Amino acid sequence: MTAVLYDIPGPKARARNAGTGVLGVVLVVALIGYVLYRLVVTGQFSAREWEWIQYSAIQRLLLNSLLATLEAFAVAAMLALVLGAVLAAGRLSEHRWVSRPATVVVEFFRAIPLLVLIFILFYGVSRSLNYNFSAFWALVLGLMLYNGSVLAEIFRAGVLALPKGQREAAYALGLRKTQVMTNVLLPQSLRLMLPTIVSQLVVVLKDTALGFLIQYPELLYQARYLGGQGQLGSPILPVAMVVAVIYIAMCLLLSMLANYLERRTRRNPKIAALDPAAKAKAEGELVAAQSAE
Amino acid sequence: MTVLLDNLGLFGQAFLGTIKLFVVAAIGSLIGGTILAAMRVSPVPILRTFGAVYVNTVRNTPLTLVLLLFAFAYPRLEIADLSFFTRACLGLIVYTSAFVCEVVRSGINTVPVGQAEASRALGFTFNQTLSSIVLPQAVRAVVPPLTNIEIALLKNTTIAAGFSVIEAGGIYSTLAERGYSVLVGLLWVALGFLILVIPLTLLQRRLDQRWSVAR
Repeated sequence: MTAVLYDIPGPKARARNAGTGVLGVVLVVALIGYVLYRLVVTGQFSAREWEWIQYSAIQRLLLNSLLATLEAFAVAAMLALVLGAVLAAGRLSEHRWVSRPATVVVEFFRAIPLLVLIFILFYGVSRSLNYNFSAFWALVLGLMLYNGSVLAEIFRAGVLALPKGQREAAYALGLRKTQVMTNVLLPQSLRLMLPTIVSQLVVVLKDTALGFLIQYPELLYQARYLGGQGQLGSPILPVAMVVAVIYIAMCLLLSMLANYLERRTRRNPKIAALDPAAKAKAEGELVAAQSAE
Repeated sequence: MTVLLDNLGLFGQAFLGTIKLFVVAAIGSLIGGTILAAMRVSPVPILRTFGAVYVNTVRNTPLTLVLLLFAFAYPRLEIADLSFFTRACLGLIVYTSAFVCEVVRSGINTVPVGQAEASRALGFTFNQTLSSIVLPQAVRAVVPPLTNIEIALLKNTTIAAGFSVIEAGGIYSTLAERGYSVLVGLLWVALGFLILVIPLTLLQRRLDQRWSVAR
């Protein structure tokens, strides 16, 4: 895959590569070593800073906050999938009065920052319209609206990436519009887009951390709270390390599932025969969507 | 409308903060991402591994956590005293670089192998191959998704508002103190972002259409 840029190295290039390798290792090790050195010097690995991990109350607190994170993720993911399907159906509709509003909704929620959306729900709506959103619902609805819009685009790209013959053959067989969609196009495009959909769920999981900013008691919020406790020695760094490992492990597991599905779909000869440009475009949109938080 | 007009200074200052944060982080992430991409396509296996580990770790970390580390954990290391703004920039750069790297790398990989092989067969040196054959073709594939990533970065700057950086995402608290409607204020903020994002989206679409030449 990287063969584009260089030939198989000869003796001179091999020596040069080895030199670059050694230099790179030295630089990276020096950087990591310096951070570790600062961690040790400032006493982040002292027993006092790690005392908190022994208390069962704190362990329970962290476990509960992990469950709160997962709860927000599960509800938001479910709702976003439903909303995505509805909006995608709307955008694919042949009636202008359906497809236009759906397009506006999708573009609007993709353009405004998710955090502003959550703030609108949590601070704006609750104070001005006197309807009290709990932090949980503000977070979940925000995640639903944003990720639902992104998923709508993914679903739509999946349906559009299918060969035209599929739709034409289905119409020729006398199927109705709904039947064409539900029996022919959707099953194929879902299979095609499954890896992308799972990758988007990673984004939902990552974004639950925004609950921290509206005091929803999820993992990151509790980490900040514990890190500020003076009687525990304000162990913000140790707590953050533990929480980071938990987040990365959860997201990595989902990402690995997505990669596995991706490899499996790529092996499928039917999907391999699809127009590569359409698929590449859909995937390009995804990488960008994933960097959104 | 009164909410906006009465607080024009506040809105101006906040959006200026957003744009400053965006420009610094965008330039930083382009540089960082290109270095990472260079590592990931380099002929040195260990550099490729470093690049892959970095990208996979950062891509699976919430940005809020990255910013929290820079805002509250970094001062504990007592290395150098940096302002909240600088630390927010660093956090955004660390996070966005991983995504830029992926886009640049996949862009390089879209150039068919035959292109580089043909140029080497014609006697081009490595630098000539890279600068006049591979990169001009890779840019076409890279720029549209890169614009998408920078749009996402612009929206992500709002999270820095949660960590004491003067930023459009944080307007609501000052408005609440001054007794204005938070909802209306936040809707103006949303509109402000629409105004900032839509030109970038249109630019991205145009580049996409102009450059998505069939190979």
